[in-house]
Amino acid sequence: MRNFLKNIFSYLDSRFKLSELAELAGKKKVPVHKHSLWYYFGGICLFLFVIQVITGILLLLYYTPSVDSAYESVHFIISQVKFGWLIRSVHSWSANILIGAIFVHMFSTFFLKAYRQPRELTWISGFFLLLVFLAFGFSGYLLPWNKLSFFATRVGTDIVGTLPWIGEKVKHFILGGSNVSGATLPRFFWFHVAVLPAVTAVILGIHLVLVQILGMSKPVGLKESEVREISFFPDFILKDSLGWILILALIGVLCVFFPWEVGEKADPFASTPLDIKPEWYFLFMFTTLKLVPAHVLFLEGEMLAILGFMIGGLVWMLIPVLDRNVSREKRSPAFSLFGLLVLLYIIVLTALSYLHLKL
Amino acid sequence: MAHKNIKKNVLFLSSLSILFLLPSFLFAQASSCIACHKELEEELLQPVEAFPLDIHNQVGLGCESCHGGNPREEDIDLAKDQTFRGKPERKDIPKFCASCHADVNYMKSFNPSIRVDQLSLYWTSWHGQLLKKGDQKVAVCTDCHAVHGIQKGTHPKSWTFPWNIPETCGRCHSDKEHMAGYKISTTQEAEYRESVHAHALFDKKDLSAPVCNDCHGNHGAVPPEVTSIAQVCRQCHLSPGKLFSDSPHKRAFDEMEISECEACHGNHRIDPPTDEMLGTGEKGVCAQCHDEGSQAFQVASQMREMILDLSGKIEKAEDLLSRAFQKGVEVSDPRYQLNEVNTLLVMIRDLTHGLSLESIEEKVKEADQKAAGVISQGEEALREARRRRTGLVITLIFIFLLAIGLFLKIRRKTKK
Amino acid sequence: MKRRNFINFLFGGGLIGTIVTFLYPVIRYIIPPGQSQSRIGQVEAAKMGELAPNSSKIFKFGDVPGILINTKEGELIAFSAVCTHLACTVHYEEETETILCPCHNGRFDLSGKVISGPPPAPLEAYNVEVSGEDIIVSKKA
Repeated sequence: MRNFLKNIFSYLDSRFKLSELAELAGKKKVPVHKHSLWYYFGGICLFLFVIQVITGILLLLYYTPSVDSAYESVHFIISQVKFGWLIRSVHSWSANILIGAIFVHMFSTFFLKAYRQPRELTWISGFFLLLVFLAFGFSGYLLPWNKLSFFATRVGTDIVGTLPWIGEKVKHFILGGSNVSGATLPRFFWFHVAVLPAVTAVILGIHLVLVQILGMSKPVGLKESEVREISFFPDFILKDSLGWILILALIGVLCVFFPWEVGEKADPFASTPLDIKPEWYFLFMFTTLKLVPAHVLFLEGEMLAILGFMIGGLVWMLIPVLDRNVSREKRSPAFSLFGLLVLLYIIVLTALSYLHLKL
Repeated sequence: MAHKNIKKNVLFLSSLSILFLLPSFLFAQASSCIACHKELEEELLQPVEAFPLDIHNQVGLGCESCHGGNPREEDIDLAKDQTFRGKPERKDIPKFCASCHADVNYMKSFNPSIRVDQLSLYWTSWHGQLLKKGDQKVAVCTDCHAVHGIQKGTHPKSWTFPWNIPETCGRCHSDKEHMAGYKISTTQEAEYRESVHAHALFDKKDLSAPVCNDCHGNHGAVPPEVTSIAQVCRQCHLSPGKLFSDSPHKRAFDEMEISECEACHGNHRIDPPTDEMLGTGEKGVCAQCHDEGSQAFQVASQMREMILDLSGKIEKAEDLLSRAFQKGVEVSDPRYQLNEVNTLLVMIRDLTHGLSLESIEEKVKEADQKAAGVISQGEEALREARRRRTGLVITLIFIFLLAIGLFLKIRRKTKK
Repeated sequence: MKRRNFINFLFGGGLIGTIVTFLYPVIRYIIPPGQSQSRIGQVEAAKMGELAPNSSKIFKFGDVPGILINTKEGELIAFSAVCTHLACTVHYEEETETILCPCHNGRFDLSGKVISGPPPAPLEAYNVEVSGEDIIVSKKA
């Protein structure tokens, strides 16, 4: 058996130069210190993404992206297809956990200042990945074509429409028309299974290559004595996989005890439910829009808030450029504070949306 | 030359004065009634405030159309000329309104299909007859239709719009002081408001639900005859009515002069019927006439048993399905079939009015079969839920084995 | 050495077990399920010849009952069988050639319109197509 495996390895090695890769991989080291736990979250995001791709491909086998049959096909999957209920619930739960993990990954790299030179492009490509995955979540949410998803999409795209000058045009492009309709579903499906995966492949590829080339960043000002190193392969990978296995177990438990609902089929002529909300990861923006006064001076409050978010996003993306101190390996408490405020803002506003305040 | 100048001046002055006086002419066109009453208070101000919404105003009539007088005269004595009728006496109100509303040719000019028999109907009513005898406490037109702010009956704010009618009738009929001296109860409105019809009307906004005038009539309102109530119920409740008419009860009730539906279902406070009403228990209505041990008694008990048995099966099926659904299993197919069983149950309850045990047995058999099918699907769904949990446990065991193996491997490596 | 073998055994066994418990559902998933995906917004309500003229059939349309009527003239029409008043299931009355709801005597004509009684809205009409032997009912676009 051992000889057989050795023969296969040497066959592949002379063609793929595997032993050279293995040597490089063996050289790669990962620092271990009091904050190195956060290093695992990037791998967790990757793992969950792979789960999404696999379950997504499986769902693709039975799902049909037309308003006459989308809801029915999801119903078919969870009731008639063997283990369809499991595949579907895994896809829905993992999507939510993935976005949560992305936020943890983003904030942990922020506070550990991993964005500093030479890793600015890793941060910026990561920011784009955040946007891509929020788009994945938004487009995927509509696909079951149930009441909740229909109205959440309508409310969400209405907000896009309030942008000055380009708002209506962008909304029209996204929806395939002026309203959420029979033209919207195939379009969102196109985004979700073709456009966004292709974009992800490119940006994620860049992101991962950068991580491999540059290695893991160490926090600023860490003393030599506080850090030791372990090899990336196999030590770090083994630890990574342990995390992945446990997440798998968690997803399994969630799917059996809290399976995802089919809901009721969307009815475009029904009136919007009073307490309609987007998915939890959009809530902080949604609640901000509800809290903002209708007019600030002569400008519309909603539009101002959206512009505020866009500018905020831009600032967030350019943090590596703005944070001069840290690029010189000096501490930058002002930026840490800024990040803390952003995090608190998101948490507080998300919590507020669940308090059912009369907003 | 001076002549010409004077002529010119006179012409100029007179045209100027006409120009200035014109506005006052225009103002003089507006009703002097309103102009004066606007300045008054309370009772005398109310007509002015209410009248803009009034249907009579909207078709172009004014104060003088009913009250006479000359609204173009500013002086009060001139305004209240010989055509002035003023406020009619209470006992004269029906005739007052009917002076137009019973005039076919006049009313046709406003609405070709409007009824003009209200006054003649009114004289047949209890209200009308008592008024003729001199009782002024009874209802006259304005007590039900309001005055000065009268809306069309189809307008939701009208006193005669379906969901306002109980309040309109109740204004007198629920007032103990007002009704003292008449030998009728004052609880009808309160009882009605507890009924299934009131819930349909007020909560579900179902305007087809009956209100006071549907059973009692409106202008010709009298307590309904024994035979007429059942006809009113049959307008909507056709099926039980037909079954009842074909059953032995019909002749018996007619001979005893008992009002059909009311005997078991009540009149004002008609509650949603329950299975307890059937048969011989505490709430059973059959015991009102049938003695224990009689054949009718037996039939009633049998029907009740069959229905309660089916009800129980439905409850069991519903319980199974909701437990399975709670555990994440998809149960929309058996739910649909259970819906069919429920529909059959409604039909069976309907059939009790016909008193035919055979027809009930037949339907019950059909329903029982279907219910059994749903129950077995429900049990299968619960088995599926159990299988999922077992599958999860097995998977978790392997995952944990792997996790422990990994953990130990890692520990070894770090120890090295 | 023994310990190392034990760990490897645990690891290997756990790995194989985990892989199997994951592959098994996936393989069963991709095998075509017994019942074909029939709910593509349309339902086979009946077969040709099943319904005599001037008769009807109640069929399952998604979650709710539908009614398929073969009129006296031989035309096939279909509606939602859920009465718009209080959701009882309607049926076809042959003598009057109308659709009747037995609960409160609501009556609909053969275009679904309310002709008497309490229902506030007409019955939703469905498309009927004949495809070979099958009568297919689907929602109107």
